[in-house]
Amino acid sequence: MSAAAVASSGTPRGERLYWALLVLPCVFLGLFYVVPVINVLVMSVTVPRLGLSNYADLVANPAVRRVLWTTVRIGVLTTAITLLLGYIVAYALVHTSARQRQTLLAIVVASFWISVLIRAFAWVAILQSAGLVNSALMGLGLIDSPLQLVRNEVGVMIGMVHYMLPYAILPLYANMSGIDRSLVPAARALGATPAQAFRWVFLPMSLPGLIGAGIIVLIFSLGFYITPAILGGGKTIMVAEYISVQISETLRWGLAAMLATTLLASVLLLVFWLSRFMDVEAALRK
Amino acid sequence: MQRFSFIHVLAWATACFLILPILVVIPISVTPERYLSLPTNSMSFGHYANLVGDARWSKSILDSLIVASGATVLSTALGTAFAVGAWRLGVPLARRLRLLMLAPIIVPPIVHAIAFYRAWAVVGLLDSYLGLVLIHAMKGLPFVVLTVAASLANLDHRLEQAARSLGATPGQAMRWVVLPQVATGVVSGAAFAFITSWDETIVALFVTSRRVVTLPRRIWEGLADNIDPAIAALGTLMVLITVAAVVINTLRTQRRTA
Repeated sequence: MSAAAVASSGTPRGERLYWALLVLPCVFLGLFYVVPVINVLVMSVTVPRLGLSNYADLVANPAVRRVLWTTVRIGVLTTAITLLLGYIVAYALVHTSARQRQTLLAIVVASFWISVLIRAFAWVAILQSAGLVNSALMGLGLIDSPLQLVRNEVGVMIGMVHYMLPYAILPLYANMSGIDRSLVPAARALGATPAQAFRWVFLPMSLPGLIGAGIIVLIFSLGFYITPAILGGGKTIMVAEYISVQISETLRWGLAAMLATTLLASVLLLVFWLSRFMDVEAALRK
Repeated sequence: MQRFSFIHVLAWATACFLILPILVVIPISVTPERYLSLPTNSMSFGHYANLVGDARWSKSILDSLIVASGATVLSTALGTAFAVGAWRLGVPLARRLRLLMLAPIIVPPIVHAIAFYRAWAVVGLLDSYLGLVLIHAMKGLPFVVLTVAASLANLDHRLEQAARSLGATPGQAMRWVVLPQVATGVVSGAAFAFITSWDETIVALFVTSRRVVTLPRRIWEGLADNIDPAIAALGTLMVLITVAAVVINTLRTQRRTA
């Protein structure tokens, strides 16, 4: 604190009020949030008995290995598709008229705010065997029997990409807005083809945004529960749903706590990595 | 301005992918059938009537409103307090504590869902309004901290000090000088907190059962057994409210920048 601030804020009574304001919410969160979460972390090494036996399941248990592999595969593929589409939308947002930009942004923001359950419901209505896509294709005589579009990875990934897109578009757009608009024309004037100017000028400058958006989408994808559970229909099971099944059906708290700890550790690592590319707080703001 | 290129076509196609599938809830909501279908010959608003008439839906709407209101009040109060305290003190500790405040949005929901399930069973808060209000308040807290902190970022510390040196007590300086400056941040933080609670599904599935049935839980159960077109009616209302809010907001910023 500067000398002037110390001199004028002086009385401890004023400071005390602000310390109380600062500390009270932390105590609330510490007591009701941090303690329960740490309890789960501890359970991963104490239930059913003290030791690392739960963690041995990560390699020894084929069901656990399959769920983790499904989670990573779907998470990475979702992130890749989301980034590609998100990059295109963000690029168009920066390179278009103000009017089009407003409409496009309004669509992105509106889809952002619509409840995840309603969106999953809409996708079930569209993709299920008696749904819109299959009825239309069969009505046109293009297919004889309905395509399997839900209760598998295709359905889960369609729903997840749909949910994650705004999370990629908004930070990418923020990043690209900060890129100097005269750089690409300058490269063109110096003889670069449009592709070269993009590859060597625009792309490298948008890379921090791309990595940041990718990490955000991956963080949310790995722990995603609702959309995979509804569109996966019990066939495609990701780790969050698997944890939930361990608690509510098989009552294997130790295994659930171990998977929760593993998931949390992976997410924290990604957040740590994210903090090197962008302001974590700005990235998490809706 | 660039001409309409291939990239723009792709971008608009992605925008259609974002919004059009959601709009399918609108025709489904007016189907006269009791199962998920598109209306063919006639339309019916029976599923909208069900949202009010069917006791299960109306109870859930009420439950969601109760929980979201309680959670919004609590998280707005605590989040504003934290942001103001951190801003005024400006100590490095405050910056580190801010990361703690963000925990509820960083930790995967399934992790804290099982944590709350376990802890709330111990303290007897399972399936209670208070129990869910506390949880949703914590889930809304980071958004309030972020929005209020953002509105404080440009506020000069000396304003508060000037008020104090002119004889205001700490409470008066806060009430008449600091809080009016952050009012917009507080309001948008409260809106975030309300929507966070209104949409929250996973923890509600774990910590509530029969007494408290919020809308997401009701929808979830409706999706699990037979898919009830009343969900489409509810979805239509929620989509219309969202679109209206976004359009109003866009027009307002348009006017401000124009």
